[in-house]
Amino acid sequence: MIAVLGVLAVVGLLVFGLAIKGGSGLEVGDPVPTSALPELEGGGSQSLADYRGRWVLVNFWASWCEPCRAEAPALEKFQRQHRGPGFAVLGIDTRDLSGDGRDFVREYGLSYPQLRDGNGGAAHDYGTTGVPETFLVDPKGKLRLHFPGPVSEETLESSVAPLLPEGKS
Amino acid sequence: MKARALVATLILALLAPAAAAGEQASLTEIEKQVMCPVCGTLLQLAESPQAQRERVFINRLIDEGRSEAEIKDALVAEYGDEVLALPPDSGFSLSAYVVPIVALLVAAVALAIGVLRWRRAGGGSGSDKPGARPAGPSERDSERLDADLARYDL
Repeated sequence: MIAVLGVLAVVGLLVFGLAIKGGSGLEVGDPVPTSALPELEGGGSQSLADYRGRWVLVNFWASWCEPCRAEAPALEKFQRQHRGPGFAVLGIDTRDLSGDGRDFVREYGLSYPQLRDGNGGAAHDYGTTGVPETFLVDPKGKLRLHFPGPVSEETLESSVAPLLPEGKS
Repeated sequence: MKARALVATLILALLAPAAAAGEQASLTEIEKQVMCPVCGTLLQLAESPQAQRERVFINRLIDEGRSEAEIKDALVAEYGDEVLALPPDSGFSLSAYVVPIVALLVAAVALAIGVLRWRRAGGGSGSDKPGARPAGPSERDSERLDADLARYDL
């Protein structure tokens, strides 16, 4: 009996370990995770739930990632052109040193909010496989588009802009 | 006596800075104890751009005179507990150390109980007495054996 309990305990721990480590890729239409993350600058925190009712372009990036550097100007330009009460861009600096992340934001003059995901937990919850990855979330908090890899101005204008509320952005 | 005390003081004074220098953190030692969070390997083995930034960060803290423990704390503040190659011995992570020991103890107790039951049931030798010789066939078995052998003309 004791041996059986021991075996069950070990199997239970293995299953628990696999469950918390396993990937959880998001599908279009799935509700996106809303865990709060600390802001990259300042002591506050934000959650995607704070953006409910708006379209949000969530961009996972890191300062050590070259493709992230390549796409940063496009994201900044897009948000300047379309920001408004119905749309926001949200950056999430993942598995990065906070100082490097802040330098990156200053270097590219990024004006949209930036959150920090030091241990990569949020990136894991979104099912990312690397950086950069970008997700368009609708006003109900559901995933509408997913861009694995860097996005360009053209991609954003052709895929994201048409979905945004007319005249509000 | 005074001369001896003076020599001892001088030796201690000379050894103290050396001892302090020995406590200084080193990148090589820390690299063996922390992970490259992106690569999923020890920092010692990682060559990714993220690993290079992590090394720069560690070297900067070493230059500031931080101890090994302080540097590991700073890395945890940046990347979370996952950056440590060995989980911390507190909170839920403590289970990483406790569970294998408990599992080993449970297995040992289960094995001991199993062996005791097996011996009580007369397993193996058929006798509880140490060194007892295996018992021979029963009288009935001997008769059957003799009858079977008698059928052969050897």
